[in-house]
Amino acid sequence: MAQVLIRNLNKMYDEVHAVKDVNLEIRDKEFMVFVGPSGCGKTTTLRMIAGLETINSGQILIGDTVVNDLPPMDRDIAMVFQNYALYPHMTVYDNMAFGLKMRKFEKAEIRRRVQDAAEILDIQHYLNRKPRQLSGGQRQRVALGRAIVRHPQVFLFDEPLSNLDAKLRVQMRAELKKLHVRLGTTAVYVTHDQVEAMTLGDRVVVMRDGWVQQVGEPLELYHQPANRFVAGFLGSPAMNFATMRVSAEQGDELWVAGDGLRLQVPAYLADRIGPYAGKALTLGIRPEDLRLATDGDPPGSVFEAVVELVEQLGSETLLDTRAGRETIVAAVEATSRIRMRDRLQLAANPNRLHFFDTATETAV
Amino acid sequence: MSATTTTAPSVGLRRAPRGRLSMLFEDERWLAMALLFPTMVLLGLFIAYPFVTGVLLSMSSARVGMPGEFVGMANFAKLWNDPIFARAVYNTFLYTIVTTILKLGLGLWLAVLLNRHFRGKAFVRAFILLPFIIPTVLSTFAWKWMFDPTFSVLNWTFRTLGLIDTRINWLGDPDLAMLSIVVVNVWRGVPFYAISLLAGLQTISPDLHEAAAIDGARPWARFWHITWPLLLPVTMVVVLFSVIQTFADFQLVYVLTGGGPANATHLFATYAYQIAIGTGLLSEGAAISLAMFPVLFLVVIVQLLYIRRVETR
Amino acid sequence: MIEGAAWRKWVFVNIPIILFVFVLLFPFYWMVITTVRPDAELYRPWNAPNYNPFWTWQPTLEHIQYLLEETLFGTWMLNTMIIALTSTVISLVCGVFAGYALARLNFPFAGSLGTGIFVTYLVPQTLLFIPLSDIIRNFRLGDSPWALILTYPTFLIPFCTWLMMGYFKAIPKELEECARIDGASRFKAMLYIILPIAVPGILSAGIFAFTLSWNEFIYALVFLASPEQKTVPVGVTSELIRGDVFFWGPLMAGALLGSIPVALVYSFFVEHYVAGMTGAVKG
Repeated sequence: MAQVLIRNLNKMYDEVHAVKDVNLEIRDKEFMVFVGPSGCGKTTTLRMIAGLETINSGQILIGDTVVNDLPPMDRDIAMVFQNYALYPHMTVYDNMAFGLKMRKFEKAEIRRRVQDAAEILDIQHYLNRKPRQLSGGQRQRVALGRAIVRHPQVFLFDEPLSNLDAKLRVQMRAELKKLHVRLGTTAVYVTHDQVEAMTLGDRVVVMRDGWVQQVGEPLELYHQPANRFVAGFLGSPAMNFATMRVSAEQGDELWVAGDGLRLQVPAYLADRIGPYAGKALTLGIRPEDLRLATDGDPPGSVFEAVVELVEQLGSETLLDTRAGRETIVAAVEATSRIRMRDRLQLAANPNRLHFFDTATETAV
Repeated sequence: MSATTTTAPSVGLRRAPRGRLSMLFEDERWLAMALLFPTMVLLGLFIAYPFVTGVLLSMSSARVGMPGEFVGMANFAKLWNDPIFARAVYNTFLYTIVTTILKLGLGLWLAVLLNRHFRGKAFVRAFILLPFIIPTVLSTFAWKWMFDPTFSVLNWTFRTLGLIDTRINWLGDPDLAMLSIVVVNVWRGVPFYAISLLAGLQTISPDLHEAAAIDGARPWARFWHITWPLLLPVTMVVVLFSVIQTFADFQLVYVLTGGGPANATHLFATYAYQIAIGTGLLSEGAAISLAMFPVLFLVVIVQLLYIRRVETR
Repeated sequence: MIEGAAWRKWVFVNIPIILFVFVLLFPFYWMVITTVRPDAELYRPWNAPNYNPFWTWQPTLEHIQYLLEETLFGTWMLNTMIIALTSTVISLVCGVFAGYALARLNFPFAGSLGTGIFVTYLVPQTLLFIPLSDIIRNFRLGDSPWALILTYPTFLIPFCTWLMMGYFKAIPKELEECARIDGASRFKAMLYIILPIAVPGILSAGIFAFTLSWNEFIYALVFLASPEQKTVPVGVTSELIRGDVFFWGPLMAGALLGSIPVALVYSFFVEHYVAGMTGAVKG
C-alpha cells in the first residue's frame, strides 16, 4: 500500500514560514496534484516528501514508514524534474540504468527493465544517444523512463511540463494520464498550471502562502470552491467577482446589488445568504455561466452591460463588459455578432452563483 | 506510446548496501568536514602555524643555530632606524604602484586591441601569454643578458640607431636599475592583465557599444562611460592579485640585481632574504618579512569591501 | 566593430599589436638565439663594429651539450617534474573536494572557511619562508622534494578551490538531487555525476597549478641545499654562475629547455589555461 500521509507538516526558511501545518492523505494509486501560484509552498512540500528538504515539524509517511529521517535514496521514490536533470555525460541507457546500478541490480535485470520502460515511452531507438542530441519532448520521456525503471512506490513530479512548448505540453499531458492509468503508481504532481491540475488530478490540492486552501476532486473544486482564491484560481477565463450589498425585499426575496449590477438570490441559497442582509458580500460568477439574455430569462438574473472588448476564440467569444463600475467577462456563443460599445443584456445562470464573505473570503 | 504489457508492480524497496559510516556522510555537515579536512590540515600546518611562528620569531633574537630569546619589538625598532630598510620600503611601494599603473594601462590597451578581429588573432592571443607562463627566473635571465653591461643587445641596438654613444648601465646605475626591474615586471605582467581584461571585455555585449555609437558617443566616450564601468569588477580582482604578487615579489629582483647596486633595488622580500639567509640574522629577517603584512592586509580588506558592495547592489 | 577608414585600422590596431607581440616575444627569441650561438659570437661587446647580434650562421649545440653533460640539468628537470606533478595532484584533490563542499553543501562556518581560504593569499611565500624553513627542518623534510611537495599546495589549493567553486556552481542542483533519489549517496553523486561534468574545470585548474609549481622559486631556493635536489629555476640560478662569471650560453640553454615543459603543456591546453585564469578572475 503506497499511500502518502502528511501530518502537521511545517517548513521554515529563516524568517519565512513556507509550509504551514499541512495535513493530507494521498491514497494508494492516486494521482494527486498540488497547484498554486509561485511561493505557495507546493514545491517545498514535494521536496520534503522527496527528502531534499528537511522537515521542521510534522511527519511524512510513505506506505507505513515514517520517512522524516530517511535520505532520499531510501524512500523508494522517483522524481521527474522540471529541467529533466538528465546526466549529460551519460547515454540515455546509462541515465535510466543509473539508479538500478546504484542499488546493485544484476545487469540482465537492468537491461530488461530499461528495455521495458523504453518501449512504453517509445524511446527505444534513442538508448545510445546523449541527452544533448535529443529534443525537449524526448528528454522528458527519458526522465520519465528513469523514474519508471525503479518501480518506486511513489512518483514525484516537479512541474515537468513547464519547459515544453504549448502543443507538446498538451500531448505529454495526455500521455502522462495514460501512463498513470497503466502503471497504477501513486503520484504527487506539482504545477502552477490549473489546466494540468484539472485534467491530470484524481484529486487536487490548492495551496497559497503555505496553507492548504482546499482538497478535492477537480470538478468539486471547480463548482464548489471553498474560498475566493480557489474560485478565482481554477477556470480560465477566471471567475468574475463583484462586491455587493445584500438587501431583503418584499416577501422573502433577497437581492444583491452592486454598482451597476442587481441580481436576485435564488431560493436555495436563501438560508445561507439571509444572515448577510444589509451587509456586503462578494459575488462570483464564471464567464461561461453568463450568456446573452433572452426573453425567457427571469428578470432577477438579467443585467445590462456595455461591451468594451470582443475576443473571438473560434469556439466561443469572450466579451469584456462593463456593468456600472464592475468589469464582467462573459463567454458567449461564437455565432453572436457583437461589437465594441454595444449595449446588451446578460443573463446569469442562477444555479451557478457563488458568494464569498468579503472579510474572510470563504464561501458562503 | 506503444501498447505492450503492463510492467510489474514494485518489487519492494531494494536498498543500496552500505554501512554506518556512509550513513554518517549523508549528513551535509559531516561530509563537508571530511571534504575540507585535507585542505585545512595542509593550510593549517604550512600557513597558519608558520605565520604564528614567524611572528614569534620576529620578536626574538634568534639567529641561525641559536634559538635566541624574546626581545619584544626590538627588531622592529632597529628596522625603523635602518636606512636600507627605509629604502626597501620606498622601493617596494614605488615598484608596486608604477608597475600596476603601467600594467593596467598597457594591459587594457592590448585587451581592447585583441577584442577586435584581425588576421592571426588566435595565434597572437595564444603566444602573448608566454611571458606570464614561462618561469619568472628563466625569462628574467634572458633580460639580464639583454641588460648586460658589456654585451647588451639593447645597447647595441640603440647605438646602431645612433641614439647613444656611451653604454646604458641598465643594472649598474641605481636609478636605471629601478627602471630595469619595472620594465621586466611590466613585460611579465601585461599579458596577464590583457587576457583577464579581455575575458571581461567579452562579457560586454557589443549591442551596448553600437547603441552608444548611434547615440553619438565617440570611441573615447564609449570607453569611459560604457566599457570601463562594466569592466570594473574584473579589473579590481586582477589588480588585487597583481598588487599582492608584486608587493611580495622576490624572484625578479633577486636574479636581476640581487637588491643592488648598493641596496638600491631592494624590496621587502629580497632584503629579508639577504638578512635572514645571507647574514643569518633570522629574527630580523622575519621582522622584515612580517612588515609586509599590514599593507597586504589593508589591500585585501579594501578588495573584500568593494566586492561585497558590488554583490549587494 | 565600429568601422572607420582602413588606414585607421592599421595605425590604431595592427601596428600596436605588432609592436606588442614583438616586445613580448623578443626575449624568447633572444634566448633561442643565444643558446645556439657559439661563444666566439656571443661575447662581442655592445659597441663592437660589424656584427649582427640577431642571427648566427654557425649554430651550435655546444651549450646544450654542456648543460646536459656537465651539469645536473637532467636531474633538475626530473625533480621539478615530479614535484610539480605531485603537488598538482594533491592540490587538485584538495581543491576539488573543498570547492565542492563550499559550493554545494550547507554547513556552519561555510562562509568563514571560504573567506579563510581566500585570506591565505594574504600570506605570500616571501612572508613565510623564514619560519617555514625552520619548520621544514624540524620535520626533517629539509633538502628533499617533500619539503616542496607539501608546501606548494599552500598556494595552489586556494586557487584550485576558487576555480572549482565557480564550475560547480554552474552545474544545476537537480542533477545531484536526481542522483540521490535514484539511489546514490551524497558522496557517490559527487563522484559519478558532478565530477565527470566538471572535468574541463579540473583540467584548467590542473594546468594552471602545474605552471604555478614550475614558477615557484623562494621555497625551492631556501629549503633545498644539495645540487642533486634542486629544481630547474634554482639549479640554473646557482650552478651556472661561478663567482661573478656567468656562463651565458648554457644559462640561456637552461632557461630555454627549462621553459619547454611548461610551454608544451600550455600549448596543448591553451583554452583550458585561459579558462582557468579568467575563471578565477571573473569569480
